Amino acid sequence: MAAVTADQRTQGTAGTVDEAAAAALTAAFDAAVAADDRIEPRDWMPDAYRASLVRQMAQHAHSEIIGMQPEANWITRAPSLRRKAILMAKVQDEAGHGLYLYSAAETLGTSREEMLDKLHAGRQRYSSIFNYPTLTWADVGAIGWLVDGAAITNQVPLCRCSYGPYARAMVRICKEESFHQRQGYELLLALSRGTAAQHEMAQDAVNRWWWPSLMMFGPPDDASAHSAQSMAWKIKRHSNDELRRRFVDICVPQAQTLGLTLPDPDIRWNEELGQHDYGAIDWTEFQEVLKGNGPCNEQRLAQRRAAHEEGAWVRDAAAAYAEKHTARPGASGATAHPVEATA
Amino acid sequence: MSAALALGDDALVLSHRLGEWAGHAPVLEEEVALANIALDLLGQARMLLSFVGDEDELAFLREERSFRNLQLVEQPNGDFAHTIARQLYFSVYQHLLYERLAAGEGEFADLAAKAVKEVAYHRDHAEQWVLRLGDGTAESHERMQRGLDGLWRFTGELFEPVEGVDVDWQALRDGWLAAVTSVVERATLTPPSGPQSGAWAAGAGRQGLHTEPFGKMLAEMQHLHRSHPGASW
Repeated sequence: MAAVTADQRTQGTAGTVDEAAAAALTAAFDAAVAADDRIEPRDWMPDAYRASLVRQMAQHAHSEIIGMQPEANWITRAPSLRRKAILMAKVQDEAGHGLYLYSAAETLGTSREEMLDKLHAGRQRYSSIFNYPTLTWADVGAIGWLVDGAAITNQVPLCRCSYGPYARAMVRICKEESFHQRQGYELLLALSRGTAAQHEMAQDAVNRWWWPSLMMFGPPDDASAHSAQSMAWKIKRHSNDELRRRFVDICVPQAQTLGLTLPDPDIRWNEELGQHDYGAIDWTEFQEVLKGNGPCNEQRLAQRRAAHEEGAWVRDAAAAYAEKHTARPGASGATAHPVEATA
Repeated sequence: MSAALALGDDALVLSHRLGEWAGHAPVLEEEVALANIALDLLGQARMLLSFVGDEDELAFLREERSFRNLQLVEQPNGDFAHTIARQLYFSVYQHLLYERLAAGEGEFADLAAKAVKEVAYHRDHAEQWVLRLGDGTAESHERMQRGLDGLWRFTGELFEPVEGVDVDWQALRDGWLAAVTSVVERATLTPPSGPQSGAWAAGAGRQGLHTEPFGKMLAEMQHLHRSHPGASW
């Protein structure tokens, strides 16, 4: 039993919570978090905790579905049938991750429609990394290796996040992400060891994706708006800079094995820290992309909105059909909900 | 040999078209479903093409006139109803065909036995959507009817006998027509009544005659592979 449930909260007179009761609820919540218990949907939680989770989970779900675009850009041009199958399966996984994450966020009292509306209106974010373009086939590999690699570094600790549905969704997502990361690495390895033109394509992709990938860990710790509170709530377990450095440490030897260089002359082993130092990140670029001035911000959101708007008549039809056929019990026909595939 | 190419090209080309939906589907569940169908078809295509030769050489280095797929599967996606109409026509055909092949003892029996389970799902997916769109709103009804009507003329080719595929093509045609008509009518739609093929075009895809959009599809699909002759990926 993690914390006080919502039912207990409403047991006060006329459903209001007096100060003592509020303090008790907060204390119970804090104790649950301190004990590394999971907070579950029906448990009482501070409004700010709920809001922070909705923000983070919605952003995560949106990143999965916007993240489909740069990779889907290469499905129709994949250079072998094996690579095409791998890429299609990966993009499908991302849609699946979007589904789990929207569902997990819905346990906090928001709906997928509401979150999508906010995304389309620019009121909820998605990861800025997807505002960079995939210009060559090697970008598919660089996204797998670096972007998915950075995402895993960020997300593995989320499997121990204090909110139960999010933590559980992340366990499955991380397994699939690590598969994607290995596939991306293997794609780059094939290119790097291929023809001169293929090698060059791989190096160019790594050059373009390296710095944006480092930015995926968010602003430096001293400039991160949400970090401290999220760490106290155990939504977040490690600081942005800690994770970023861990990622660099993982990538340096992998780049060597790949036979590719990382575009940072300042990367060197720091004996004292037992970690790598790396060069200064261009936070102006980060802020610009965040503000909407990245190479693909408009394109990504426009495609998302268009898919949603052009699909409205399909969703309306499914709803109308479901309504008719629940109104007429026993009527034969399609099931009420869109068919979900089993991968 | 020619049979594996015909059936393999059907799966390859339709898989490609469905892959074009990625990131554009009307609802997230359909992103998953359409990609899933595309993946099943790609898996079938790879097995079938491997009966004939190197799968990548066949997919990426043949010219348009050497492809043996039905014209139906190369048709552009159009709106969601158009895609669903194409899915209905093809998945019912493929389901009935693979059921027969799986029951036989020919060279495709093992492959068909595996694929028929996937295809049964594709057929169910298409039928459920025809029902929802046909019997949904006035707009979806109209779009679904337009999709069915627009693709009808490509359905005659489905029953042109393929050399090396040992089935009763007339029975296949009868079964297909009955199944499609039943779904269309349950969806409150009208079964198309026009000719099922153009006078000059019956069986044309199987003979390597395709429609204009197919060349552009291949240009996109083959470009990268062809730009790096001899490279491995």
